Amino acid sequence: MNFLAHFGRYILMLKGMLSKPENGRLYWKEFMKQCVDIGIGSLGIVVIISVFMGAVSTLQTAYQISNPLISKSIISQIVRDTVILEFSPTLVCIVLAGVVGSKIASELGNMRVSEQIDALEIMGINTKSYLIMPKIAAAIITIPLLVMLSMALGIYGGRMTGVFSGIISAETFDRGLLDKFIPYNVTFALMKAYTFAFIISSVPAYYGYHVKGGALEIGKSSTTSVVVSCVTILFADYILAALLL
Amino acid sequence: MIEFKNIRKSFGQKLVLDGVSHIMENGKTNLIIGTSGSGKTVLQKCLVGLFEPDEGEIIYDGVSFTEMSEDDRKMLRQQIGMLFQGSALFDSMNVEQNIRFPLDMFTKDTKAQKNKRVNEVLERVNLSGSNKKFPSEISGGMKKRVGIARAIVLNPKFLFCDEPNSGLDPQTSMLIDKLIYDITKEFNMTTIINTHDMNSVMEIGDNILYMKEGRKEWTGNSKDIIFSDNKSLNQFIFASEFLKDAKQMRMMESKREQK
Repeated sequence: MNFLAHFGRYILMLKGMLSKPENGRLYWKEFMKQCVDIGIGSLGIVVIISVFMGAVSTLQTAYQISNPLISKSIISQIVRDTVILEFSPTLVCIVLAGVVGSKIASELGNMRVSEQIDALEIMGINTKSYLIMPKIAAAIITIPLLVMLSMALGIYGGRMTGVFSGIISAETFDRGLLDKFIPYNVTFALMKAYTFAFIISSVPAYYGYHVKGGALEIGKSSTTSVVVSCVTILFADYILAALLL
Repeated sequence: MIEFKNIRKSFGQKLVLDGVSHIMENGKTNLIIGTSGSGKTVLQKCLVGLFEPDEGEIIYDGVSFTEMSEDDRKMLRQQIGMLFQGSALFDSMNVEQNIRFPLDMFTKDTKAQKNKRVNEVLERVNLSGSNKKFPSEISGGMKKRVGIARAIVLNPKFLFCDEPNSGLDPQTSMLIDKLIYDITKEFNMTTIINTHDMNSVMEIGDNILYMKEGRKEWTGNSKDIIFSDNKSLNQFIFASEFLKDAKQMRMMESKREQK
C-alpha cells in the first residue's frame, strides 16, 4: 500500500471512532484503564530518562563553557531551555513511542488476529470507538503530564549533578533557572506534547487494528508503528518549531 | 430465518462466492460444509456483516440486512451470537467477565441480575464454578463452551458457529455438537454452523448446504446425505474407507427400517 492509501485509511479510522458510545460507563472504565497503563506504566522509564538527561546536559554544558568570563548561571539556563524545549517533549515522547506505541500495536494486533475485534463487532460495538478512542484520549491526558514531570525531574537531575560534582553551586543554579525564563517555552513544549501524544497513540493503533495474518505480522506491525511514530514525531517537531517559535 | 440470494464476493481477481442462495431455517441447525477454500467462512462473514458482499441480498426475518443503516445493523447484531473458531475470548477478562461483557454493554440490569444470568448460562454449558478462571487457564473445549455461553447470554435469535469442533477431541466435539443442537431447539434459534466435522454433519445436520468452489453444490439434511448420488459430495463426506463402510451400513439400516 502506498502512503496515500495508508493515510486515507488512517483518516477513516479516526472518523470511524467518532460515534456515540454504546455504554458510557464501560467506555469510561476503558479510558481509566488506559490512563493507568499509559501514564503509570510509563512513569518509571520517564523518571530514569529525565534525571539522566538533565544530569548529562549539565555535565556537557559545563564542559563546553570553559571561559571564566561567562557566568556559571548560564549552565542552568541552557539546561532549563534544552530540557523544556526539546529533551522533555521530544526525547521522552520518542521513548514513549517505543514503550506505549509497541504495546498498543501488539495489543490491538493480537485482538485482531485472535478474532476478538470481530467478536466485538458482531456484538454491535463500534470497535474503533471502544478500543482506539480511549487509548488516544488517555495518551492525550497522561503524556503531557509525564512531559511536565520530565521537565521538573530533568532540571532537578541537572541541578543535583552540578551541585554534587562541584561544577555549580545550588544558589547559582537556581538564580540561572529564573533568569530570562520565558513562560511561553512551557506552553510550546506542552503543545508539542499534545501533538506527540496523539501520534504515539493513533499511529500504533492504526497499524495494530489493521493487522492481517499471525504472530509474525503482529511483530512487524509493532515495529513499523514505532518507526513511523518516531519519524512522524521528528517531522511534527520540525513543523511546530518552524511555525510556533 | 435467514435468507440469502445470489451472494457474490471477490477478493481482487479471485471470485470466492459465486451467486450463493439458500434459506437458513428457524429452530434448526443449519450447516455449511465444504472443502477448505470453498467459501464457507467468507459466506458466514458476509451473513454477519464482517464482509460486505459485492452482490446479492441477505434477509433476516424478512428485513434486508444488506440495505440496513449502520445503526439498524448494530441493533440487529444484539440479536446475533457468534462462536468463533478460536473462541475469541477476551484475554484480559476471566470467564465471568467475558460472559458478562455483552450484558454490561447492552443492558441496564442490576449487578445481581447480571450475575444470575451469567451463572445460568454457565450452568447451561456445564461450566458452573469456572467463573474466575482466565482463558489461558482453561482447555480448548472449555473455551468453546465459554464462547457459546457468551454468545447466548443475551438470548440471541441467531447463532453463528465457525468450526466449533476444530482442535477438539472426538468426545468433546460430540459434547459441543449436542450442546449447540440442544440450545438451538430449546431457544428456537436459527443456528448456522460452518464445519468440516463429519460427525456433526451426520448427527446435527437439520439443513445442510454443501459448497464447492464458491457455489452451492447440494442441499439436504443428514438423512438425505446418505442417499445422495452427488459425486463431489460423496467424495467429500465419505473420503475414507471407514466412512464408506459407515455409509453402506446406514443405507442398509434405512432399507431395513423402510421394510
